[in-house]
Parts: sequence; C-alpha cells; structure tokens
Amino acid sequence: MYVAVKGGERAIGAAHAWLEETRRGDPAVPELSVAQIGQQMPLAVDRVMAEGSCHDRFLAALAIKQAKGDLIEAAFLLRAYRTTLPRFGASEPLDTALMRLRRRISATYKDLPGGQVLGPTFDYTHRLLDFALAAEGEPRASAPEAASAVGVTPRVTELLAREGLMQRETPVEAEPGDLTRQPLAFPAARDVRLQNLARGDEGFLLALGYSTQRGYGHAHPFVGEIRVGHVAVEFTPPELGFPIEIGEIGITECQMVNQFKGSRTEPAQFTRGYGLVFGHGERRAMAMSLVDRALRAQELGEDVTAPAQDAEFVLYHSDNIEATGFVEHLKLPHYVDFQSELENLRAIRRTAEAALREAAE
Amino acid sequence: MSTMDGYNFAYLDEATKRMIRRAILKAVAIPGHQIPFGAREMPLPYGWGTGGIQVTASILGPADTLKVIDQGADDTTNAVSIRRFFTRVAGVETTARTGEASIIQTRHRIPEKPLREDQIIVYQVPQPEPLFMLEPRRAEAKRLHALADYGLMHVRLYEDIARLGHIAKAYDYPVMVNARYLMSPSPIPAFDNPKMHRMAALQLFGAGREKRIYAIPPHTEVHSLDFEDHPFRPIRAPHACALCRSTDTYLDEVITDDAGGRMFVCSDTDFCAERQARAAPQEAAE
Amino acid sequence: MTAPLLAAEGLTLRFGAIPALLDVAIDVAEGEVVAIVGESGSGKTTLLRVLSGMMTPDAGTVRWLGDDVHAMGEAARRRLMRTAWGFVHQNPRDGLRLAVSAGGNVGERLMAVGARHYGNIRAEALSWLAKVEIDGHRIDDLPRTFSGGMQQRLQIARTLVTRPRLVFMDEPTGGLDVSVQARLLDLIRSLSRELGLSVLIVTHDIAAARLLADRILVMRRGRVVEQGLTDRVLDDPQHPYTQLLVSSVLAA
Repeated sequence: MYVAVKGGERAIGAAHAWLEETRRGDPAVPELSVAQIGQQMPLAVDRVMAEGSCHDRFLAALAIKQAKGDLIEAAFLLRAYRTTLPRFGASEPLDTALMRLRRRISATYKDLPGGQVLGPTFDYTHRLLDFALAAEGEPRASAPEAASAVGVTPRVTELLAREGLMQRETPVEAEPGDLTRQPLAFPAARDVRLQNLARGDEGFLLALGYSTQRGYGHAHPFVGEIRVGHVAVEFTPPELGFPIEIGEIGITECQMVNQFKGSRTEPAQFTRGYGLVFGHGERRAMAMSLVDRALRAQELGEDVTAPAQDAEFVLYHSDNIEATGFVEHLKLPHYVDFQSELENLRAIRRTAEAALREAAE
Repeated sequence: MSTMDGYNFAYLDEATKRMIRRAILKAVAIPGHQIPFGAREMPLPYGWGTGGIQVTASILGPADTLKVIDQGADDTTNAVSIRRFFTRVAGVETTARTGEASIIQTRHRIPEKPLREDQIIVYQVPQPEPLFMLEPRRAEAKRLHALADYGLMHVRLYEDIARLGHIAKAYDYPVMVNARYLMSPSPIPAFDNPKMHRMAALQLFGAGREKRIYAIPPHTEVHSLDFEDHPFRPIRAPHACALCRSTDTYLDEVITDDAGGRMFVCSDTDFCAERQARAAPQEAAE
Repeated sequence: MTAPLLAAEGLTLRFGAIPALLDVAIDVAEGEVVAIVGESGSGKTTLLRVLSGMMTPDAGTVRWLGDDVHAMGEAARRRLMRTAWGFVHQNPRDGLRLAVSAGGNVGERLMAVGARHYGNIRAEALSWLAKVEIDGHRIDDLPRTFSGGMQQRLQIARTLVTRPRLVFMDEPTGGLDVSVQARLLDLIRSLSRELGLSVLIVTHDIAAARLLADRILVMRRGRVVEQGLTDRVLDDPQHPYTQLLVSSVLAA
C-alpha cells in the first residue's frame, strides 16, 4: 500500500549537518580564520563586497568562509545581511580626485603629471606556479619604499575635457535612482545602469565587455585612467547639517576613452565609459566601463545591434544573485506542472491518433 | 513565542513592510495589475519564493496561523524550509490544515478546500508577466497592458488550435481579471484556474526576483482566456485518487516500479488526508 | 465639398541643420489615392512618418477628422493605427509577425479588437487571403516560407482586415521583381476601389504613381514643388524638377 513520502524535515536537518561537516573539511587540518581570508585572499573579499553590494571586509570574509569558497554564494549571504541593516542616508559623492593612490596608470599618454604608478599588480608577473608558496612560514622579501609620496595627479579625462576633446558629464539635479530600494524600470537612466553594473556578475560583465572589443558594438576604447586607492567617505548627519568624514574605503575607478563619430548636430568628441568598484577590481572596473559605453549607444545616436548595447538584455541578467536563484530553482519540485503537461500531451496524442485512424478507414 | 535575536518580527524591518503593504494596497485597488516594488534580498534565493515570503512577512501578525505548501503538499522540502523560516523569525503558529490557516503561502497549487473570506492566500510567482514569451521587452509589455492591447496573447492561443487542435497551455494559463488586466496566475495547473473566480479569500501574488506584486480582491471576476468555440477546459488525470477515491481533485502520478507501474494520488495532501479520515469510520462500520 | 479625412499644413522638421520638411501641406479626401513622389532625400518618407504620427514636426499640424494627431496621445494614436488607419511597410518583415502563421497574422487585428470565435476568425482570414490571391492552404504556414511578393500581399491583408479608412504605404513595391510589382499594384488599385479606401503612398516610381494615384505631390529637398491631378502633373509638368523626373521615366 502506497504511503506518501514524509520526513522532509528530518532530511533537511541531516543535509545541513553534512554540509557543515564538508565546510570544515578534515578536522586535522587547521581551521581557516576569517582574518586569514581577509588578509590573504583580499581579491576574493573585494569581489564579494562588490557583488554583495556592501563594503565590509570582515563580513565578506566571513561569508566566504561560510560559503565554502563559493563567491556567488558568499555575495548572496552578504546581500541578505544587508537587507537587515538600517539605512541612515546617502553619503556625499566620493571625490576620487582626492584618492590616496596606490596605483594609477594611463594607456593614452606615455607620461603625465603624477606619473605612471604601477602599484601591487599581477600585470607584469609571469604566470608560473610558485611552489615555494606551498611551504608555509617562509620569510618573504619586503617591497622597497619610495622616497616620496605620489604627487598631484589630475585626471586624464579632465586634461582632455579642457581642450574640448572629451565630453563632460552633465550634472543632474534630480536624486539618483536607488536600485537597493526601487525595482529596475525601463528606460533606465545612466545612474541606475551604473548601479546595476557596479554589482553585476564579473564574468558576465567581462564577457560583454570582451564582445564589444570583438566587434559586437565596438567603441574603440582606450584606458584613459585607472586609479586604485582609498577615498574618504563623508556623511552629513541631519543634526549637524555639514559633512563629516566617517572613514575611508578602497575603490577602483576606470575611465575609458572612446571614439565618437559626431552627428548632424554635434562636433566629434571622445566619449566616456565609466567603471567604479569596491576594493581592487580592475577587471570589473574596465569591463563595467566598456559596457557602460555600449549602453550609451542610443543616446549617442549609434545603431543598437549588439547584445552589450541592449539595455534590457544586459541589466536584467547582470545580477548573479537573481540569476543563480532562478537557474537553481529548477531543482525545486515542478511535478504538478509537469503532470499537467503530461496529461495535455497524452490528450493531444490521443486526438491525433484517433484522427489518423479515421483517415485510414 | 520567541524569535531570532537582533531581527525584527518576520525578518523585514517595519519600513520595508510598510512599503510592501502600500504596494499590496495599490495592487488590490487595481485587480490583476502588476505593481513594481523594491524587493529585498532575503535569506532564501531568488526563484525560491522570496516574493511570496516578502508578502507574507508584510501581512503576518503574531496571532496568525500560517500554512505553507509546495506542489500542494506541506512536507515538500521548500515548504518545510519556508515554514521553518517563519517559525524562526516570527514564532507564529503553523498548521497543515487548510481550514485552520489564516494565511496560506503556496507554490504551484490552490488548495482543494474552498477558502473563506477571513483567509489570505499568497502565491509564489516566478514570472509575473503573462506576455513575456511573446514580448520579452518589459517597456513594450508595459505599454500593451496600459492599452489593454492583448491581441498577441489571443494570437498565441489561435496558433495552438491551428497547429494542435487545442490550446497547449497546461499551467500558468493566462486569465483576464475584472475584465481589464491580463494576468499570470503563477504556474498553477490550469485545473486550478476556476478556483480563482470569485474566490472569497484575498489572493496576493509576489514575484521577488522580478519585483512585482499583484492581487485579486475577494469575489472578483477571473476568466481563463479562450475562444467561444474552443472553451477553456481544465485538465486533470482521468483517474480516481488511489488513497481517498476522489475523482475531482488534482492528482500526482507516482511511479511505483520500473515496469511502468503507476498510481495516482491527490496532490493536496491535507485534503486527501481529511477525506481518508472521513471515510475511515464508515469503512470500519462496513 | 466634403472635408478631407486627413489635413496637414505648415509641416516643418529639421534634423540639426538639415531641413527635412519645409512648410508642407497636404490633404487626403475619402476614397482618394494620393502619391508622394521624389528622389531619396526629398523628405517623402519623413512626411509619411509625420502624417502617421510616428514623428513629431517642429511646426505645423496634422488633423484626422478634425482631431490633432500629435496632440491626441500615444494611446489614441495606437488605437487609430489598429482600426481606422493601416500602415504597409516597405519591407514586409517590418509589418508581419514572422513567427506567427499567415492566418494568425491576418486574424491578429480582429482579436485585438475583441473577436473571440476561432472559427469565424479563421474564416475571415481565409477570405482575406483569397482577396490578396494567396492560396488558402497556406493559412497555417509561416511567412518566412512565402516569397517577397506573397509576404507583401499578406501584409496588405493583415492591414485591411479591420477595414481601415486610410492606409499609409511606404514604397510597397520596393525590392520586388518588376512582374511581381505590377501584380501588387493591380491588387492595391482594385482593393482600394472596392473598399473605398483612401491611400497615401510614398514612392520613387512614377509609373506606379500614374497607375494608382488620383493626385500626386512632387517633393524635392523638403518642399512640395508641384501637386495636382496625376494625369495633369505627369502629362503637363510645370516645375523644372517635375519635368526632369517625368522625362527620365520616359527615357528609361
């Protein structure tokens, strides 16, 4: 006699217990600390902060530990946590011109005021696995210190804008949209698009940016400037009425310079693609700036032909928390709907077979 | 009743609940129309019921009794998970008995037992836009709804009949609400659509990932799209439930062996259990 | 004299420095076929777009039965385009649903205005396919299996099924073989007579204009340089540009 399967609660409990075991792994191996993740996997932490849309290095590192290293799962944890946090208000816009620079490069000029500051970068390393890293506790050589700090570093795009060669951004009076509070609606203005891209999946942005370079909406990009460093965060408490510095965060900014052909009404100028990211994320900031520029195609009078230029396509599919939820939801039971499909198909086939039999007679 | 430390009752803060309730009120005022809302990330993934959870969290009070079902059953893994979530963050009474619940959150089914005016049913919706396969661009779909321009959906049904002899939609079958808005009822089987028509309970629909809420107020007209000469027909497996003998409930097909053996049982486990309990004393008497 | 169905005056539109339309006026009466001819760049397509509400002029008004087309709002314009107006695109793919069968394409406008009987919709679609000389057996076929001429005729059927009063046509014979063009023009002519349609047709083909139109407007660089009854304009052109156009056709 068939008895409906029960025991869902118990099964879930056991699954969670096993999950916790696999998260810890072999107990003979020393436990990974949140501090170790924060210090020695800083780029993973940066990515989780960016996609989790929340700047908190400790929480991001904790999420990575809990998520067994799955960075999308970790970003999900951070986003869900962010939902519970009270919102005091918005900070003043970050002034990246005053960034305490770690790294600053430009591909458009050989040399420029402030110089090309390489910073701690993988760019010129040879990708050879370093087996010496497998041995722990070895003292490593420390980096030599420079004689003086980085000098005045005006923006490359500012230099171009002064000559009239680069579009300036027009300041907007209205409050920027807020994707953490309001749903995305179309047509989406640039403020909302940039927010969406800033927390979009790095792989997705990378692929889209790459596609533009390969001809799917090409915009002839040059890296005007990449800046990595720390900026002060200022907030104006209502009781004080003036801004105070509440701390500083690490960010990466990319300004991409693109060709613009001019139109019947506008003289030719370079146009901008912009990328801004929590932490040290050049790949993301650069990809973001390529996609930002692609999404401006319509505004700049260009034909919209490529996926990276299609705002609904890009902005609806960039959020990997939404994406992974929906893709993985297919694992949930769908047998009720499937049953309807089965019965429907059986009925259609019965009708068709009856018709064939009739025709044969 | 105890809830998790540091979390507000039912997880969401009061400002967020207020925002969601405002969206719900707008939705109730315009039956079948999708209201965008600022959905929050929840501790369950998008696509796994976050919309339904946010709606439930916003209307839940300490005196409520909550029932959560998935595929019609209380014991499926996702129903268990969501019920536990609300137990942890709200500490409310939960039940498997449809008749005893004040709020029922459901995925993919409407309970067989007719609901009352003092009950609310909250549907989990993956894709709120009934036109999305025909018109993937949201901006254009919005215009079609505003102009009540639904020719495209009827064309789809026409094509089914021309090609297959009848309409091929077996679940998430589109409905017209209050003779004005085309609505997706969520992926309930077409069999359940008639239950929505003039239902005494308030029906709320939450789509978390797509960030839309919509509603059908009690006693509202809800009609499944069809043609006069091809009327809507609800589909169910043409069998009786092997456990309670019912011939008018929606059935699950259960494969019992690998030689093609199968049996059919009610998908609504509570309803089936109730029917079996009623039949038992009679059988004992026989 | 009865009022024109469509009346436009003072239409001006510039794209930056380039004048696309300069003070253009045009009327279309009931049952009248009016052709707008000119070379590419003359402004004729822009004029059609402004008249049908797709583009807004910098100056001037367009009135349909007395109502200002650009002031009536998008909802009213869309309703108009589905009922009293029709639009035949140069490329039939722009005016058809390629993933929908021929029958579905023709039936769509009926369903959009409330038709709910499958059998009747299908019968109506069949009768229209016959009217545009498409074999009824193709009713369930997809337009991509049709030739260019057939697709264009399907587009016409789809447009006419709700019996519009005015049909805008943008180079309807463009891209078709000469023999196919002739057949299509004959069809347009007989249907417009039979149904009492007004037609506003944009074309660079003088011969087509002569065959179809009661009146003709000649455009050059955004202006109407000459207009009048077709026979008069083409047999006795006054403006030097019209003379040039007409003589080039005769020479060819």
